[in-house]
Amino acid sequence: MHDMSAHAAQHHAPTSFIRKYIFSLDHKVIGKQYYGLALIAVYIGMAISWLMRFHLAWTNARIPGLQWLSSVGAPGGLMTPEYYLELMTMHGTIMVFFVLTTAPFAGFGNFFLPIQVGAEDMPFPRFNMMSFWITFVAFCVLMSAFFVGDGPPLSGWTAYAPLSAVGAIAGPGQGTGQVLWAISIALFCVGQLLGSLNFITTTLDLRTKGMTLMRMPLTVWAWFITSCMGLTAFAVLLPACILLILDHVAGTSFFIASGLVINDKMLPHSGGSTLLWQHLFWFFGHPEVYIAIVPGVGIVSHVLITNMRRPLLSHKVMIGCMGALAFLSYMVYGHHMFVSGMNPFSGLVFSFPTLVITIPATIIVLIWIFSLYGSKLRINSASLFALGFISMFVSGGVSGFFLAQPSLDIYLHATYFVVGHFHMVMAVAALFGIFTGTYFWFPKMTGHMMNESLGKLHFWLTFVGTYAIFMPFHYLGMAGNVRRYQAFVDDYMQPLLGVHKFITIAALLTGAAQLIFLYNLIHSRFRGAPAPPNPWEATSLEWTMPSPPPFDNFGGKHPVVYHDPYQYGIEGSSNDYVMQDSPEQIHTVRDEK
Amino acid sequence: MAKLFAVTIFVIAIASAVPILMHTWPMPVDISTHGPLIDEQMADTMAEAGIAFLAAQIILAFFIWKFSGRPKDAKIGHFPGGAMALVIAAFLLVGTEVLALGVFGTKAWAAVYFTPPAADSMPIQVQAGQFAFYFRYPGPDGKFGTIHPDKIDEGNQNFFGLDPANDPAAKDDIVTAEMAMPVNKEVHLLMHSKDLGHSFYVRELRVQQDFVPGLDLSLHFTANKIGKYEIVCTQLCGLGHYNMKAYLEVMSQTDFDSWLKQQAANQ
Repeated sequence: MHDMSAHAAQHHAPTSFIRKYIFSLDHKVIGKQYYGLALIAVYIGMAISWLMRFHLAWTNARIPGLQWLSSVGAPGGLMTPEYYLELMTMHGTIMVFFVLTTAPFAGFGNFFLPIQVGAEDMPFPRFNMMSFWITFVAFCVLMSAFFVGDGPPLSGWTAYAPLSAVGAIAGPGQGTGQVLWAISIALFCVGQLLGSLNFITTTLDLRTKGMTLMRMPLTVWAWFITSCMGLTAFAVLLPACILLILDHVAGTSFFIASGLVINDKMLPHSGGSTLLWQHLFWFFGHPEVYIAIVPGVGIVSHVLITNMRRPLLSHKVMIGCMGALAFLSYMVYGHHMFVSGMNPFSGLVFSFPTLVITIPATIIVLIWIFSLYGSKLRINSASLFALGFISMFVSGGVSGFFLAQPSLDIYLHATYFVVGHFHMVMAVAALFGIFTGTYFWFPKMTGHMMNESLGKLHFWLTFVGTYAIFMPFHYLGMAGNVRRYQAFVDDYMQPLLGVHKFITIAALLTGAAQLIFLYNLIHSRFRGAPAPPNPWEATSLEWTMPSPPPFDNFGGKHPVVYHDPYQYGIEGSSNDYVMQDSPEQIHTVRDEK
Repeated sequence: MAKLFAVTIFVIAIASAVPILMHTWPMPVDISTHGPLIDEQMADTMAEAGIAFLAAQIILAFFIWKFSGRPKDAKIGHFPGGAMALVIAAFLLVGTEVLALGVFGTKAWAAVYFTPPAADSMPIQVQAGQFAFYFRYPGPDGKFGTIHPDKIDEGNQNFFGLDPANDPAAKDDIVTAEMAMPVNKEVHLLMHSKDLGHSFYVRELRVQQDFVPGLDLSLHFTANKIGKYEIVCTQLCGLGHYNMKAYLEVMSQTDFDSWLKQQAANQ
């Protein structure tokens, strides 16, 4: 904790349109830009999933108009097998990188982390601006794969080598498309590294007077822990992508073994390692799961506390558990590789921390649930999504028990069980975190309230819909239904087609419900009721300022923090809460035992 | 609304458990000698995960029901025991559970990976390539001919790149597109890929193993039920991935001997 004036970035309110809205140095504008990018990405990703789901259920049906997107991939509207895989790759890549990482971490984090620690901006605003624009370029490069060469890559978001490394000989999109994918992800890594640096420095150096580490809201802790993960995980994926690009353009053989024969042609490569890519990718890939979910854990805690009108049973244990998740996430990545050909002894070694990681995850869930005990729970769109997050996190979490065990992974690996597991625990839970944050912070970000009735309708359709989509995935997996197939032509999986049709209908309806959210977002932005400074009667610093906050956050003053972040349930006070910057003397509310 | 939400969570939790309890979409019948260990482990895990799932969802629903919409002046209650009770409970309950699952699960894993194949196990080689499996039996000499990647020529049916003219061991090798094995006889499967990553998955055998280009891997297993089963690729390998499959026929020893003789004649 330091005197902010010595370190904070000094810049004045911009006046030109370009400096104010496009190449802005303001962390709040950059946060909104990240959120906007994620919003565009999530609807593209969702539309792609609609196409995929429709094709899986009615493989031989034409999708009117699809030929306009790709005349080669869908001649006459009929999706080809390779185009299905290309869409699948793009869906996964868009969602994991440009939605689940971008919105909860870079979007909300940029907007609220500096404010919640009492800073007027990030320490390196130019890096911050670069981080967004590099991410934006990364997104454009990825999207360009739809329109150049022979389409996007088909090797999945995990881009396993050597399929991803040998070039166009391995199939459509594996040449130019795969190189564009690798360039896009390498750029994305650079963007996230710059962002993570800013987050860490802001947290450590720019806290205002009185904002001790333990007085930081759980959201700040979540973003701080996530940025520590980001700094180490993306630093591994970046060189991996560079090596992959070199295998394509420079004729190197980092990921290509000797003596491979495709189409009766022996490849000129030698000496590379197939498993090297998997190790590098998953060393990033598993922390990435927590990069997506830990900000959600912070946001849900923050919102739940506000709506329970009481602090969690333990602030410190919650922070410790988020830290433990992050720390253990580096030791568990091998559980993605149990049947990869890695030494079977390594499988057992990776299995143990994977099972152990369920302990901090369980403690987090127990603290949420048992903090509800005796609370005064308020139900609104934000708290509904926060509670929905807990339900999803539990449902997705318990299937982790199965996949953590190498002996069960022999059967369940690469089945829809895995698809159900990661969609629930990472994708949908993280999306629920994004919705929670949106309904909660929208008034602060825009100065307008969102429509609560539409918010609740959106919640009900999404909550029931996501269970209808993703719970049956587990049943399919248990029955042995293999993932990443564009059609189920073999005898075994034919009888399961009915379940796929059910899932597809649920996906189309749940996806349509997301248009309610979009409408609410846009309509409320322009027509929503004006937001007061503190509509939720919350305690953290973002609620001490007008909605939306002024350019320099605190009007040139440096707030002084007197209290722990969640002082709710104050007896004898006119309100039941005391804000962090209130000089009022109170007995600190703690539930720690 | 909170009460409706609580009921919804409760109904979803129960409804999610029903297909599992009713075995609506069961695992296919196990045909391997190591499979019962895996199936038992699966059942134990299902019981433990199922209880954890139902307990968490139902308590969550109950607390939402009970503690929402309380009057503004209501007193905040405190969970007896506080956070420490939960931490201890998590360590004890989940810790014991994961330890038990880890320890018992090791048995099933060891049965597949840590025991060497029996000395009299039958070697079968499988080669994966876009988008087919080919199998090779060593023939009467018991030896596999050497693979020459540069001689692979699918047009001339030389799937393995054999050189029978100069390699006596390759002369009697039997190459097939279908895998057959005798019942109750251990097979030592020698796996390699000719091009990209693939996988060998037979649900009923409770066997799944990736092919790794550049690595020779092996598996061993014994099937104890006669029948025809699908071998499918589970490692994304390109546009034809969904269609990459072969059949495994488990036969009596007599049927297998005559099948092999027939295949040898077809070479």
